[in-house]
Amino acid sequence: MLPKDHRADPKNEDMAARRLVQRVAKNLDRAAFAELFDAFAPRVKTFIIRKGASPDLAEDLVQETMINVWTKAGYYDPAKGSVLTWIFTIARNLRIDRIRRESSRPVSELGDFDPPSDAPASEEILARKDEARSVARALGKIPREQMEILTLSFIDDLPQAEIARRLKLPLGTVKSRMRLAYGHLRKTLEQPN
Amino acid sequence: MNIDHHLDAATLVAYAAGTLGEAFNVVVASHLDWCPACAEDARRAALLGGELIGNLEATPVSKDCRSKTLSMLDTATLHRFPGTPASGGEVPEPLGHLLGGKPLAELPWKRKAPGLALYDLPLSETSGGKLFLMRIAPGTAMPEHGHGGEEITLILSGAYNDKFGRYARGDVADLDESIEHQPIVEPDAACICLVATEAPTRFKSWPARLLQPLIGI
Repeated sequence: MLPKDHRADPKNEDMAARRLVQRVAKNLDRAAFAELFDAFAPRVKTFIIRKGASPDLAEDLVQETMINVWTKAGYYDPAKGSVLTWIFTIARNLRIDRIRRESSRPVSELGDFDPPSDAPASEEILARKDEARSVARALGKIPREQMEILTLSFIDDLPQAEIARRLKLPLGTVKSRMRLAYGHLRKTLEQPN
Repeated sequence: MNIDHHLDAATLVAYAAGTLGEAFNVVVASHLDWCPACAEDARRAALLGGELIGNLEATPVSKDCRSKTLSMLDTATLHRFPGTPASGGEVPEPLGHLLGGKPLAELPWKRKAPGLALYDLPLSETSGGKLFLMRIAPGTAMPEHGHGGEEITLILSGAYNDKFGRYARGDVADLDESIEHQPIVEPDAACICLVATEAPTRFKSWPARLLQPLIGI
């Protein structure tokens, strides 16, 4: 069980997770994988249950997600984002595919078009280092109405039109709140710390 | 490639959240393959999701699930990405994959009206959208039309002009449903676009509206 304050420092969490993913990629290190499982599987499960999946289905998808982490570890690219973001992208795509069972084209395949890139230059990693903190800062400052829309998008997986319907807002308003939220993040990321 | 027209930030956020429809996903992923600026915006938008999800409570995972997962590691064969058919750069990789590497010229285009040919890309049954390639002959003026629903268009070759400017290879028209426009293809080459819609496009004039069922877009 992770300590309650495991989110106290997202940057440190991510640096530790990157080392674990690297050990899995390079050495098929089972102990490193078990650590990743314990750190991320419980939040993956919450994420899947939020969408209304039964606990059984949720554990099924947790398992599938983590097996993907094992097999795709070599493709994880720190330049593109945190380990957390990567794992949840896998989970989300698997969840979407499960909903569209009959789909001839799994969404999870779309991500596979990202070619495994070379290790990013060290200055790029340095530039990304404070990103997690900036994102937290940006999110802490955006208005509640924008936060609501981000939560409905990222956590509840609702399309823009469905958010508009649920909040009884014009679609244009939902979109402009998304634009504002993203604009705010961009500004925060581009500000010198 | 010089890209002047980009994706709406709201579309990128929805893409990062994984809530776009199947057809839109393909067009957005295709544009990102060609546009480093939008790819960077999409990456950043995904960070928002990472942060929100990171704050989720933990739900205990059963011992059974944990041990099953660990016991599968040996049999989980190392995933190899399927070799993407080389499209020679003619189209973005996500689209090239759907076309099985076939060059655009060799597709079984269906002529729908003078100067207009379409090629439908299959979507899953649950998808409410449409995804198709559109080839418009050099110099053709499309009827002025609005968009009953939403539409995203990626230019693959050739160019057209409308009141928003010139759209050429790599540019994307991420139009709001309220917008009306009349694209005119440049005279020197056909314009080939990848189009995703969420509802049938509605042409404005009567003859055009009559034409719509005929050309089926």
